[in-house]
Amino acid sequence: MSPLVFTLDVFGASIVAGGAGSILGLGGGIIVIPVLTLLFHVDIRYAIGASIVSVIATSSGAAAAYVREHLANMRVAMFLELGTTTGALTGAFLAGILSGRALYIIFSLVLGYSALAMFRKRHGESGLDVPPDRLADRLRLHAQYYDEQSGEVVTYRVTHTGVGLVLMYIAGVVSGLLGIGSGSLKVPAMDLAMRLPIKVSSATSNFMIGVTAAASAGVYFARGDIDPFIAAPVAAGVLVGAIAGSRILGKLKNSAIRTAFVIVLVWICIQMMWKGLHG
Amino acid sequence: MNPQSPLKVDRDTRTVERIISVLLRAGVILSLLVVVSGTVVSFIHHPAYLTNGKDLRTLTTPGHALPDTLAEVWSGLLAGRGQSIVVAGLLLLIATPVLRVAVSIVAFLVEKDRLFALITAIVLALLLLSFFLGKAGG
Repeated sequence: MSPLVFTLDVFGASIVAGGAGSILGLGGGIIVIPVLTLLFHVDIRYAIGASIVSVIATSSGAAAAYVREHLANMRVAMFLELGTTTGALTGAFLAGILSGRALYIIFSLVLGYSALAMFRKRHGESGLDVPPDRLADRLRLHAQYYDEQSGEVVTYRVTHTGVGLVLMYIAGVVSGLLGIGSGSLKVPAMDLAMRLPIKVSSATSNFMIGVTAAASAGVYFARGDIDPFIAAPVAAGVLVGAIAGSRILGKLKNSAIRTAFVIVLVWICIQMMWKGLHG
Repeated sequence: MNPQSPLKVDRDTRTVERIISVLLRAGVILSLLVVVSGTVVSFIHHPAYLTNGKDLRTLTTPGHALPDTLAEVWSGLLAGRGQSIVVAGLLLLIATPVLRVAVSIVAFLVEKDRLFALITAIVLALLLLSFFLGKAGG
């Protein structure tokens, strides 16, 4: 394979990763890392470096559309970023103290539980029928969005904001420690605890993951893990995919997004359990 | 903003959203253009990349020199090196979310939402802190 063919192939695969990532609120690392290491035999260091770039590209590529269409709840995102950034800092300090393998197993169990709980919610969204939450009222988090699929304006209320913040802190710690999984924990936290509509959870997670990843991207750059030859087609492909994906999210059925997300969660859950048990 | 959108959004919020949306789009388009032109320059400088399979192993295995400090990227840019142009584009991409947080502070102040301006300022401070701590540790 010549470098030209490599560049074009990775560009193509990254379009898919960006599209899927932008619709599910994930960074696309779960697609980019295995594709680069297994199909193209890229060194894992460079694959992880490229996946950090992919997370930022997914986030920024999709966020412009999500903000404009009110799918991403900016106020929720900015408030919860308090938790994720504090968590990421804590994670950086804890690295080396906690055993990576134990963490992978815990992370896997949490994802397994989230997958099950999200699957059980498949018959409907909460909308306005949620317990009152004074913090959400004070922060003016309640909002509405126009659902292209049903052609209706969906008004929703946010609840358990405090719990959500704590969960985001934990998600931040995990991504600071393991360098992964920020979106796969953020979407369930918004869906299960704060009861946001699934499209809003996904778009808001998307909006947030870029900030979390940018914090660690500096480290990867300084370490020389970001290889421009590999990261260039990844960044370009993911951006194109994410811009396209962000136009599709609004048109999809809630149940379809939820099912796809649950399948991906189960897949990551198995991967993490494998890493925890086999090192 | 969707012209037929029947959402009720107050004007201030709409201003903040428009500013952030435009900033994100500009960051994305600019970094995409720079990354793609850097890649094209690389291929023009190294015509062997178009056909020679042996170069690929060198490019995807650790051990070859990469521009990984700002000074190297800058001197590479001045020399018109494709890899440095690509890295400059990637750095623009990385800076976009950080800039988004910074611009949000100003946007919330314009909106006279002091609570959210404060929240966002704390997020920016934490973000910059992790950036510098990470660099020192890495």
